[in-house]
Amino acid sequence: MKINSPLEAYKFLPATNCGECGEATCMAFAAHLIDRSHKLTDCKPILEEKFKKKYEELDALLAPEIREVEIGVGDKIAKIGGDDVLYRHKLTFFNQTQFAYDVTDSMDEKDLVERVNYIQDFKKFYVGNFLTVDMIAVRCTSKDPAKFAAAVKKVIETTDLPIILCSFDPAVLKAGLEASKGRNPLLYAANKDNWKEVGELALEYDVPVTLFAPDDLDMLKTLAKTFAAMGTEKLVLDPGTYPTGKQLKKTFTNFIKVRRAGIDGDREIAYPIMAVPFTAWMAHDDPVSASYWETVVASVFTIKYGDIMILHSTEPYAMLPELHIRDTIYTDPRKPVTVDPGMYKVGEPTADSPVLVTTNFALTYYTVESDIASNKIDCFLWAIDTDGIGVEAAVAGGQLTAEKIKKGIEESGFDLKKDTTHNTVVIPGLAARLQGDVEDATGANVMVGPADSGRIPGWMEKNWPPQKK
Amino acid sequence: MTKKMKLSQLSDMLQDLNVESLEGVTIEGDIELNITGGGGLNPALAYAIGSEISQISLHMANIGRILGFPAEQLFASAFGMAEAPQAGQLPTSPKIQELLASKFEVAKVDNWKNPIQEVTLGATSGDGGSRKSTVTIGGENALPYYFDAEMPHRNYVTMDVFDMPIGMAKAVKGNYEDVINDPAEWAKKVVRDFNADMVTIHLISTDPLINDTPAKEAAKVVEDVLQAVDVPIVIGGSGNPEKDPEVLEKAAEVAEGERVLLASASLNLDYERIAKAAMDYGHNVLSWTQLEINAQKELNRKLMKQCNVPRERIVMDPTTAALGYGLDYAYTNMERIRLAGLMGDDELTFPMSSGTTNAWGAREAWMVSSPLNQDSDWGPREYRGPIWEIVTGLALSLAGNDMFMMMHPTSVQVLKEITQTLYGSIESEEIDITNWIGAEV
Ligand code: B12
Ligand code: SF4
Repeated sequence: MKINSPLEAYKFLPATNCGECGEATCMAFAAHLIDRSHKLTDCKPILEEKFKKKYEELDALLAPEIREVEIGVGDKIAKIGGDDVLYRHKLTFFNQTQFAYDVTDSMDEKDLVERVNYIQDFKKFYVGNFLTVDMIAVRCTSKDPAKFAAAVKKVIETTDLPIILCSFDPAVLKAGLEASKGRNPLLYAANKDNWKEVGELALEYDVPVTLFAPDDLDMLKTLAKTFAAMGTEKLVLDPGTYPTGKQLKKTFTNFIKVRRAGIDGDREIAYPIMAVPFTAWMAHDDPVSASYWETVVASVFTIKYGDIMILHSTEPYAMLPELHIRDTIYTDPRKPVTVDPGMYKVGEPTADSPVLVTTNFALTYYTVESDIASNKIDCFLWAIDTDGIGVEAAVAGGQLTAEKIKKGIEESGFDLKKDTTHNTVVIPGLAARLQGDVEDATGANVMVGPADSGRIPGWMEKNWPPQKK
Repeated sequence: MTKKMKLSQLSDMLQDLNVESLEGVTIEGDIELNITGGGGLNPALAYAIGSEISQISLHMANIGRILGFPAEQLFASAFGMAEAPQAGQLPTSPKIQELLASKFEVAKVDNWKNPIQEVTLGATSGDGGSRKSTVTIGGENALPYYFDAEMPHRNYVTMDVFDMPIGMAKAVKGNYEDVINDPAEWAKKVVRDFNADMVTIHLISTDPLINDTPAKEAAKVVEDVLQAVDVPIVIGGSGNPEKDPEVLEKAAEVAEGERVLLASASLNLDYERIAKAAMDYGHNVLSWTQLEINAQKELNRKLMKQCNVPRERIVMDPTTAALGYGLDYAYTNMERIRLAGLMGDDELTFPMSSGTTNAWGAREAWMVSSPLNQDSDWGPREYRGPIWEIVTGLALSLAGNDMFMMMHPTSVQVLKEITQTLYGSIESEEIDITNWIGAEV
């Protein structure tokens, strides 16, 4: 982004404070343009013909430093790049790293379909959503365009996930492009030898293309400049991912350099970056070691500027940490992740069902809610307003107190004496020290649940319904 | 004078020109074609414009002919051909025959001017201790592993030892069953078998809510550990704010001269006593705060100004939250602390330590399988746990953390491998990746 204060953006806005964008004033809207929480097109008036020039100027000023590139089509379309900062606390990182897992055209059809299905179905519940992976990279290992086309065809029949076509042979890539028309695949890759042919394919089929110049940033920039002149900026840069030793250190340096140059304003190199942790498999024979090392390399380049990567291991012990480290880095540090405070019914609770108390920190709430729901426990669950702080920190910091719990329950119009047969509240194990206070405040029986909500099902079996005193 | 006009205006104008009435017409100034519309030239637009321009040039050529200029000869020679170009074919974009050479350049960061403090842990006989070697951390002038400045010291791992059997994830426990009742043997094992650079002895049994072991008895364990190993050590209390000062004082006394790291001084206990114990017996202090940069500044300031702890005796622990359980806070907290230090905030220029073992608190690290049946299979936990600890530590190493407190031997081994690779001290066979696509895996 070429500007960094709301005032600079404000100058281009219609200045009518009409409120159509949902903000009270154009200035407020300008602030959201700078923090990138609104899009310029959310201001309808500026789209009118008479503001055209201002719109175009502002649009250019607001464009992220790193170009945004789209891969795939429809619901599953993936955007990569689009970043403006080197450190997430300065704003946030946009467009999380896309994970592509490989298949080859030498695989037998049944295995290929099975692997693609496993990849597209993989999911892990986290904070109210499922973490999933993103793409399929089809590697040509057969050297045969027809075989490659057949594999690509099978993949796109099986999944809507975006795909990457991997070969250095233009004839193979062309066959892949023919087989995946209309799916906007990413071409991998143009290098110093094949760039002319691959560049023409990228233009002819109008698809994004990766430029591969292993450990040669001059060549990488040369390719990028050349492709831009040829007429495409839908580029992804692969500076080469060397898996071990000093070569890996050099790879790390290259990633830092490329991203820093891009953010500093060198437009010629300001494109999304690809990492290929797959190469870990070229350094390790033992699959567990290879998987581990691949996950480690993937984590390094998820944190340091990889926008898309090609991976091999689909072991859960590789995929789970990869998904979580990506979420860690791409969570918007500006917003506390919360749920609305209040009462939530899990399943179909009746007057006999337990009443559980938790916080409105999204990570806490969803962890608890999903633990209960997936074990088919019907209950009333209160998300107490703790300003989005988890149980333990909220008890320590005073956001989760007996008064808060009382208020939370009363405000939802729920009467423990009338609406339940047991007049009992279950509090989190980590809030055990509030037990007495909550009893005094609410006049209800208070039971202390387990420390981890994953243990609620077992705890329920032993402790619910409560013994009549 | 430059006159801007739209292409369509120009062609309309020329279209309307009656050739017969051209007498006296002059074309003044440069005509600049102002093509509006966002984005690059798409092929269809390029084609349309190309066609317009050609139309215009034909009109122009006609004018030229009327004026007596042999325009057709010019066309023929310009295109190097006699016959007219074929119409109706989409022109391709300009063919580029050679790469357009470009040189990559990037500047070093210019506002990292303040080096991080160096801190040495452990003391050899020459320095009044009995360690065989010492460990020095800190001294950085840039973010870890960055090319802007050489990183003076690698990362170090100190492995956890407890003064009593504690609850551990199954994958961790398997490694310590034989030594779980003997802290000295436990310490030996992590150094000898698991390549620990240092040992942390946690005196958790001193907690009044656990065994309430008297400080004096706990200090005995410290002596045993110092006897058992010759690497530098960290001494941790139980975390009980009432008891810890006393426990750490006694421990500091028996370890006199060994330059241990006392863990920890924090804002919720009598940090002055801890600081004083460190000063009196020649140790370092771990300044521990909970994910809050301003609290970290406050405690460091108090240690320096109020307790007179010299800068070269302070290490910070800004708190480690596990992957998936607050690592986003912990990572950014550390990164901000390190950047602030490098840019000149002297209250934050200290090396950092991470309780990476916290990763084992994440259910993904220890549960047999997902408690949610919608989740995909989580696979074997023996592999999930160690990698959870590795990735937690690795993320923090990139945020600037210098020293790691860890538990699982595999985690220690892999974390050391990757941090030392990025540091630049791991030699390995070069691998040619130019044709990685075809690799058989
Ligand atoms: C992230 C974190 C923070 C973040 C909080 C972010 C947030 N939005 O919550 C920040 C940086 C803000 C923070 C600040 C503080 N923190 Co803090 N923080 C942590 C940390 C690292 C992780 C906590 C977490 O998110 N856990 C994950 C969530 C999902 O857990 P949870 O909410 O507890 O939910 C689980 C259980 O409680 C249970 N559960 C939840 N609901 C229910 C309901 C029922 C019915 C049942 C049965 C079970 C159940 O199941 C859930 C899943 O397991 C922990 C250390 C650690 N590794 O655990 C320290 C920790 C919680 N923090 C601590 C402290 C002291 C603080 C501060 C007071 C520090 C300070 N001096 O500034 C402040 C207080 C801030 C405030 N309240 O305003 C201490 C608490 C010590 C104690 N026991 O009293 C901890 C344990 C660190 C430590 N070892 O000292 N912290
Ligand atoms: S819609 Fe546009 S003109 Fe109206 S208030 Fe918002 S920014 Fe201003």
